[in-house]
Amino acid sequence: MADLMNVQAHVRLGSNAGQSMTRRDGVLKVTGRAPYAADRQPGGMLHAVTATAGIARGRVAHLDTAAALAHPGVVRVYTPANRPPLAEHPDTKIHGFAWRMEALQDDTVRYAGQPIALVVADTLEAATEGARLLNPRYEAEAPRIGLDGNTPYQPETVSIGRPPSLEAGDMDAARAGAARHLDTVVETAAQYHNALEPHAITAQWFGDRLEIDTPNQAIGLAKQSFATYLGIEPSQILIRSPFLGGGFGSKAILYGAQLLVVLAARDLDRPVKLALRRDQMFGPVGHRPATRQTLRLDLDEHGRIAALDHHTLAVASTFDDFIESASNASHSVYATTAMRTTHSAVRTDTGTPGPMRAPGEAPGSAALEVAIDEAAYALGMDPLAFRLLNYADTDPSTGMEFSSKALRECYERAADLFGWKDRPLEPRTMRQGRLLKGWGMGTAQFPCPMFQAAAHATLRADGSAVVETSAADMGQGAWTALAQIAADGLGIDIDRLEFRSGQSDLPDAGVAGGSGHTATAGTALFNAGADTVRQLADLATNDPASPLFGAGNAGVTARGGRLYRNDDESRSEAYEDILARAGLDLVRGEGKGAREGEAQRAMFSHGGVFAEVLVDPDLGQIRVNRLVGAFAVGRIVNPQLARSQLLGGMIWGVGFALHEEAIHDARTGRFTNNDLAGYHIPVNADIPMIEALTVHEDDPFVNALGIKGVGELGVTGTVGAIANAVWHATGVRPHRFPIHPESLI
Amino acid sequence: MTQTLNLTINGTTQTIALDDPRATLLDVLRERLGLTGTKKGCDRGQCGACTVLIDGRRMNACLALALSHDGAAVTTIEGLAEGDRLHPVQDAFLRHDGFQCGYCTPGQIMSAVALIAEAEAGLDPERVREGMSGNLCRCAAYAGITEAVLDATRTMTREDAA
Repeated sequence: MADLMNVQAHVRLGSNAGQSMTRRDGVLKVTGRAPYAADRQPGGMLHAVTATAGIARGRVAHLDTAAALAHPGVVRVYTPANRPPLAEHPDTKIHGFAWRMEALQDDTVRYAGQPIALVVADTLEAATEGARLLNPRYEAEAPRIGLDGNTPYQPETVSIGRPPSLEAGDMDAARAGAARHLDTVVETAAQYHNALEPHAITAQWFGDRLEIDTPNQAIGLAKQSFATYLGIEPSQILIRSPFLGGGFGSKAILYGAQLLVVLAARDLDRPVKLALRRDQMFGPVGHRPATRQTLRLDLDEHGRIAALDHHTLAVASTFDDFIESASNASHSVYATTAMRTTHSAVRTDTGTPGPMRAPGEAPGSAALEVAIDEAAYALGMDPLAFRLLNYADTDPSTGMEFSSKALRECYERAADLFGWKDRPLEPRTMRQGRLLKGWGMGTAQFPCPMFQAAAHATLRADGSAVVETSAADMGQGAWTALAQIAADGLGIDIDRLEFRSGQSDLPDAGVAGGSGHTATAGTALFNAGADTVRQLADLATNDPASPLFGAGNAGVTARGGRLYRNDDESRSEAYEDILARAGLDLVRGEGKGAREGEAQRAMFSHGGVFAEVLVDPDLGQIRVNRLVGAFAVGRIVNPQLARSQLLGGMIWGVGFALHEEAIHDARTGRFTNNDLAGYHIPVNADIPMIEALTVHEDDPFVNALGIKGVGELGVTGTVGAIANAVWHATGVRPHRFPIHPESLI
Repeated sequence: MTQTLNLTINGTTQTIALDDPRATLLDVLRERLGLTGTKKGCDRGQCGACTVLIDGRRMNACLALALSHDGAAVTTIEGLAEGDRLHPVQDAFLRHDGFQCGYCTPGQIMSAVALIAEAEAGLDPERVREGMSGNLCRCAAYAGITEAVLDATRTMTREDAA
């Protein structure tokens, strides 16, 4: 494998990466030809439908399998009584990214909407009716629902394996010296990812080989997981996931029905397809849990934050441990001399929560930004001035320098475009017609993790190339942005690049999540290209017949499919000529992407978001009227796609602030709104003038390519900005999300 | 009991031996005719991913019982482009990045085609936003969608005038 630092002399980013280009998969998507998992129709395919629990806690006492089987077209009904065996219990945590799941291991019901049977039939209609005819009877127990539904407990970890608490500096001393303090409590509602594409799987066995079509954000890991549960080798499994119709975290983790479909396909020796119904996506495939967050800010006499205390109580399931790490969102945003962040959780009869776009950060940022706004007003300060007074020049949770942080420029540019300087300090002072108008702001921040990825690059005799990595495109633009990076790694024009991805038999690109996929898989692709070019340079510079002979290994640069001597640009040679003279059909390179060693710097993307809302004084109806964000996200690979990602994140912020809320009936534990009519997400008419600017940022530390991430950042900051604008319009401080109109009148 | 269903789909009249009267137009298109460009997002008429044109009007194919549209002309996303030449709305969605994951896109585009036909006095951004609000986009590509619809309207108006 090539070491990036050694090959930088040969290749560099900038010919393809950095340009706006339309999506390479765009024509497929606008013509309806992009293949999603549920579009697969192998010959002889059967349709599966899960029956799901109508209670939240108890056991299934009876299923009328005879009635279901008697329905024309129904082929098989799987229940705990006849479910084929698995090699590993579905409640085993086979690795840190495996959730306990329901694959008909017993008759227990642990949340409403849990799968309790799988009906397989010739047609979707027959399978659907078969599932209905099961007519389950239950022994129900009283469900434990909501933040106060059970006794809180102290989790051992939050998020995935992270410590539940942190203390930095001397809290007692910082508090003792403070001039004033402010307490605030913010609640956030349970949210469900609701990708437009329902979770789906098509499975087909060829002897002992299994082919699966399923949208998945981490194909390599999914292959390992399926192999473990099935007791077969990963090499026996091929997963295709070229396109995900949205993921947002909910398609990173396996769920029980996927295992059931694979088992049914083997048992029946027929391909089987399952697509969850929309209501069935509320439960088994993760969600963002409700939180109650308690913040205390201690301020010194100058208005600087002396101590920051952020506690989160988060809803968890009764049978697994994913705790929303909301308090951690306060770690690195504002300067403070001391901080404490803690978490507790409450076990309720719901599906296990999981990562949902900006997990931890989204609800944590929402609460923090509300508290910051309250503090600014208590001090009589402009909210932006207060944030600048408390600007973190180093990470207060670790003392580390930031790898880069152009947040001041973000504030400045967004505030300028928004017109923030004209904002009156007092609330309820601006009007537009009869509507109350308010302006608010928030700080966006999201970490820049890197995971593990591998890639191959192969340069062909005609100077074209193919790169391979199993990256997942769930809409963020991997097919395009990663190809741009790969082309630069190879020093060729992107039109000469074939990009192979989305299959599990390719080098593992890791997880598309955490806003780290482009940085991680991009680094692997770039390195693979650079490794290829290095070999090519070796061939040319050691060949007396080449115009590059004697240039030395570092004395050439790749560009547009040619190598140029650095000391004499008039001497160059095309890749195909180098290969032809060497008698080679191809040159193949490999690359990896990962962060080397322990991070020595704090690495974050940043932004400033400014919102204008209009509120009806009689009805409390809230409209976001303008939304402007400016973001510093390191190197931008494709400005058009980055803008789309940032805008999408900001609109998720609108949904968080004003719309999204899954409601349980406390008596039955069932949802009252598990569909897209009742669970509101922003529609086009909710989105007014919206803009996402980017601020130039060179980051030599985050990774060799200088790439941060854009996928989740926009959600943070925006929620608080809208809430603070609502306060500024009405004088009523929102302490619960989504903000309900009736709370304002 | 098999029943006969006549549909003109993307200009081609087909006689379909329908195996199940419960089948929606969406499931007939997707599961029986292999026209999988039309997507199922909710199966309840709440998301718009399955929007097709039935006799020129935009409708949610998931709410349309196939048999009740015997004799209808149906246009799906597969019927818009002429060979490699994209329909102006498809082209505008591509250029304005009016989508991300692409799953709602066929429905958005079909809805936009109908919206442009419905509009009698041109389109302003507010009317586009309102008129496209039956089509949810969870990636939230709404800014690009609105820009694309306005752009395509201008293109198609020019083409009509020419």
